[in-house]
Amino acid sequence: MIPTHSHWTPLLGRLGPDAIPTEPIVLATFAAVTLGGIALVGALTYFRLWSYLWKEWFTSVDHKKIGIMYMVLGLIMFLRGFADAIMIRSQQALGFGGSDGYLNSHHFDQVFTAHGVIMIFFVAMPFVTGLMNYVVPLQIGARDVSFPFLNNFSFWMTAGGAVLVMLSLFVGEFARTGWLAYPPLSELAYSPDVGVDYYVWSLQVAGVGTTLSGVNLIATIIKLRAPGMTMMRMPVFTWTALVTNILIVAVFPVLTVVLALLGLDRVFHTNFFTNDFGGSPMLYVNLIWIWGHPEVYILVLPVFGVYSEIVSTFCSKRLFGYTSMVYATCVIGILSYSVWLHHFFTMGSGASVNSFFGITTMVISIPTGAKLFNWLFTMFRGRIRFELPMMWTVAFMLTFTIGGMTGVMMAVPAADFVLHNSVFLIAHFHNVIIGGVVWGVFAAINYWWPKAFGFKLNEFWGKVSFWCWVPGFWIAFTPLYMLGFMGVTRRMRVFDASFDAMRIYYWVALFGALLIAAGIGAMLIQFAVSIWKREEYKDESGDIWGGRTLEWATSSPPPEYNFAFTPKIHDIDAWADMKAKGVARPVDGFQDIYMPQGTWAGIVLAGLSTVCGFALIWQVWWLAVVMLVGIVGTAIFHTFNYNRTFYIKADHVAEVEAARTAQLAALEKGAA
Amino acid sequence: MSYRGCSMSLLRAGAMSTQPTLLRHASRLGSLALLASLSACSPVVLNPAGDIAKQEASLVVTATLLMLIIIVPVMALTVYFAWKYREKAGARYEPEWHHSTQLELVIWAAPLMIIIALGSLTWVTTHTLDPFRPVSRIAEGKPLAADAKPLEVQVVALDWKWLFIYPEQKIATVNELALPVDRPVHFSISASSVMNSFYVPALAGQIYAMPAMTSELNAVLNKTGTFDGFSANYSGSGFSHMRFKTHGMTDADFDQWVANIAKGGDKDSAGALDTVAYLQLEQPSEKEPVRHFTAVDDGLFDKIVNLCVRPGKMCLKDMMALDARGGTGKAGIFNVAALTYDKNGRETTIPVIPGRGGQQADARTKAFVRAICVPDGVKTPVPADAAKLSLASPARPPLS
Amino acid sequence: MASTNLTEQYYDLHEHAHPDGYSTTLGFWIYLMSDCLIFGMLFATFAVLGGNYAGGPAPKDLFELPLVAVNTSLLLFSSITYGFAMIAMQNGSKKGLIGWLILTLCFGLGFLSIELFEFHNLIEEGAGPQRSAFLSAFFTLVGTHGLHVTFGSIWLVTLLFQVGKHGLTEANKRRLSCLSLFWHFLDVVWIGVFTFVYLMGVLR
Repeated sequence: MIPTHSHWTPLLGRLGPDAIPTEPIVLATFAAVTLGGIALVGALTYFRLWSYLWKEWFTSVDHKKIGIMYMVLGLIMFLRGFADAIMIRSQQALGFGGSDGYLNSHHFDQVFTAHGVIMIFFVAMPFVTGLMNYVVPLQIGARDVSFPFLNNFSFWMTAGGAVLVMLSLFVGEFARTGWLAYPPLSELAYSPDVGVDYYVWSLQVAGVGTTLSGVNLIATIIKLRAPGMTMMRMPVFTWTALVTNILIVAVFPVLTVVLALLGLDRVFHTNFFTNDFGGSPMLYVNLIWIWGHPEVYILVLPVFGVYSEIVSTFCSKRLFGYTSMVYATCVIGILSYSVWLHHFFTMGSGASVNSFFGITTMVISIPTGAKLFNWLFTMFRGRIRFELPMMWTVAFMLTFTIGGMTGVMMAVPAADFVLHNSVFLIAHFHNVIIGGVVWGVFAAINYWWPKAFGFKLNEFWGKVSFWCWVPGFWIAFTPLYMLGFMGVTRRMRVFDASFDAMRIYYWVALFGALLIAAGIGAMLIQFAVSIWKREEYKDESGDIWGGRTLEWATSSPPPEYNFAFTPKIHDIDAWADMKAKGVARPVDGFQDIYMPQGTWAGIVLAGLSTVCGFALIWQVWWLAVVMLVGIVGTAIFHTFNYNRTFYIKADHVAEVEAARTAQLAALEKGAA
Repeated sequence: MSYRGCSMSLLRAGAMSTQPTLLRHASRLGSLALLASLSACSPVVLNPAGDIAKQEASLVVTATLLMLIIIVPVMALTVYFAWKYREKAGARYEPEWHHSTQLELVIWAAPLMIIIALGSLTWVTTHTLDPFRPVSRIAEGKPLAADAKPLEVQVVALDWKWLFIYPEQKIATVNELALPVDRPVHFSISASSVMNSFYVPALAGQIYAMPAMTSELNAVLNKTGTFDGFSANYSGSGFSHMRFKTHGMTDADFDQWVANIAKGGDKDSAGALDTVAYLQLEQPSEKEPVRHFTAVDDGLFDKIVNLCVRPGKMCLKDMMALDARGGTGKAGIFNVAALTYDKNGRETTIPVIPGRGGQQADARTKAFVRAICVPDGVKTPVPADAAKLSLASPARPPLS
Repeated sequence: MASTNLTEQYYDLHEHAHPDGYSTTLGFWIYLMSDCLIFGMLFATFAVLGGNYAGGPAPKDLFELPLVAVNTSLLLFSSITYGFAMIAMQNGSKKGLIGWLILTLCFGLGFLSIELFEFHNLIEEGAGPQRSAFLSAFFTLVGTHGLHVTFGSIWLVTLLFQVGKHGLTEANKRRLSCLSLFWHFLDVVWIGVFTFVYLMGVLR
């Protein structure tokens, strides 16, 4: 049964001229994006880069290139998400004393929803997935992931979801429900326009990518480790990646189901989460948080791994308490399933249930605390080099501790009753997500950039960025912690006279946000300057920081096959061990290397899925059906291709490796 | 909510409640520290006017202090180690030192101890401060009279305003709550359409207001004065204005206030709150002024919770009773009009976006939504083309 | 200092590439677990909402157990025939394999037809997924299973062509094993559906 609106037409579904927004801010953005897009397309065409991009990047199954594409996607979406943040901060600074600010509720409510959705799903997720994609195969001495084609497909699905979210800015609108879209507000009766449909289908498209990428990385870590690398010899980052991906596979299906049910409610008028006909909005809230809480750990565990690698590298010392680090990671992974109800203590679950979930939440802070101590005691009697990655790490250790503390405060149910949904909560989770995840990603970018591109990032602009970000963060969020104690709730657009005394806090917070904006600007300059002066910052050694894990054993950037010969592992810090023993790099006897071949199928399938999502949002049924048939047809067609691998000839390997040998020899000579 | 006496009350907030003496002293100190950090002093959450909120505030402080026991050393050590072991300092360097069983024991045990303490505190306070549990005292040192009966207040979160029904006084108000001080209050809380959260920081912690469900809150206000209350859960476009004033009054003032409202005639008076008035009130609206209703239909709150204020609707509890008996069989299949509630949604304010040609489209959406089930009792204009629309649920007459 | 001996100890100088599909079974199995979770959530949803008839019909009014029993046996038989197909594959009998696969497909399609017939009847009667939360949960759980069987059938047809064209290659054998896992998995899920939704529903 297909519901129809009277302004629904068979050809265009719910699409009509009214889908184009007329708000000046959106229009200006639209114009800017269109012009920018045209300029970009023009430039790519002018410089004849299309076929290069298509062959070398879009259809590539090389985990390193896919990892980099994830990072680029994350960065682009980060700019969008941050623009939303600035809009929220400035609206809240302006909407005082009877002023309506500059955003009406229709716009503002989309902005804060989009900010949350984008930052979690299309910034943090691509960033951590990109890091895992790039680093994990190198760290375990593999040539690629287990399912290279699937990897490419996963990336493009994530990108497809991002495209849909961006499209909502210009065609129709985004959800006005908050980032988790609680029903009944997100039901058709209370959100009849396409906003929530954009929400549902963009996350569905991206979610497929995320789940499959999780499957892929688990299989990779379990099956493709270099000989000798037992589980308890895996680098800590790989460990955290393993637990993270297990979490992904174990919770993203829950998100898929809960969004599918909401979608069914909206499209087919089923009654899962409605008020009437026996639906249960509480069911949605439970299900979405069963996904939502582990999701927090999906984001933060990999960066815990990043910090672990960085601390031990820059302290020139083995990580303190490797074993307890591993167990802490696993314990956090398991416990993250048993805490979801702490997101809604205030829904009246009863004292015993609330206490149970409150206490399990606190228990998570034990392994997390142990991790902090492990980093601390790695620094103890180390020889700390304060390069950029290490600076971010120390800033993280100081900031995250506070975020953890405010989190545990809210884990006490009766204390949560006064802090829940307040801006204190906002300050808390930005404290852990910015101070934990975002800074971890920046640390990782500074740490692994030389590996990925063969040159170091500019230090001056990196420091400018750091010194804008860290104080900027505290200036932006300390006022929110305070406002929380004054009983200010979140998602407020305008403030009546009773708030007048609090205006200053919002201005301070806005100032902090602008400082962060400067930090982001400095980071972009850092990238630009580094690329500009890449010859000057060149790293030929492949091991610029004195690294300890396998990714530093190969050249920077690594050859497409990563390692000419697979290393054999005898210790936890495999590369440090090899350096200590003075193992010589093999320079002859190269063999053909068996590698996966690039394929168009991933980007095409994801493209069709994205269009299908768009058709479902606007209820253009014929298009959705055509796309669905297209997806199945393409997938079947693709399975008829049995030749998905090729050999890199030994001659070619020898050539590349000879160049590397010469490079290293020259370096040694220069040093001597 | 004034600057005057802020630090004193904070001290008291810190000293409140059921915790052991040591913690109480510690939390006093902690209040001072928190106070120092909150320069412009109106942290109502830490300096409330109700006993329950005070206990919750002191719990916040105590929990913070407990954690600071471990947070402070960690942060201090981070800075100290970062400084001491920097490369240039040339401090002792042991690249192979990476394990110490004793140290491991400490780093797991120390947080564990804190969590055991905090966990027991959690278990106790979650039960004593359970919003469903009647209050056990008026304030610290002020026991509850044996015959004390709490004041009943029914709270409904509407789009986007608050309705307060005083069933015993048989009056109701919109966006204004008055409470006699030092008398326990029992709130029954629900909502008409979407989730909200009922929160008066000066009085007690919040609890969600959810459609088709009742949540409860027991609290007591100890001070006269005017306090802010609001929805603490985003509920749509009018959310920012979903605020009300809470007046703490002496018993006599409260009785006077009730009598005045019942008498009608004050400038906010809006007559009696009967079914029609309620259905009008229920329609989405923003920035509603205070309204006083001289009388309330009996059982209105019950009908609101059961989604059956509109005449002709089956009450949820009746529906659930039928379900518990195994439904009504195939005969009941078309009995949908009496059950349709949500699908009328916020039909009148599906937002009209300026300049989007939205008006027309919205009228049609409304027609579509309404066509699924034309509500009985209330006359709403149905566009002529509504009949042509294909329907999601068959709109057939309810079985009698 | 460096000796070739050390190099040999630390580098796999005579490595053999992992064979094609080295991780496939594991990867597919992990995917199945995530799919299992999807069904788990749908079962949970049915458990929560299954009694909410919204004053309408209950399972005992709607379900025709004899039909469902036929349906169930069709699917169970299809699992057995798939098993025989795998045995044929191991014996290297391409003909036997194709024969058993076609039989499996027929059972699968029979199952789908009966399911569609049942859905059609329910919707005709007015007991569609919109009528109550119970029916929403029912249609979604059973429908999701049906969709899986549909995709399994499409996959099966594809494999028939591929086996026909390329014979019993390693790649095809691997694919057949994956589909086998998938098909048996759907069978297990259906046993859950039959028990919890139909049998216990009628008993309720």
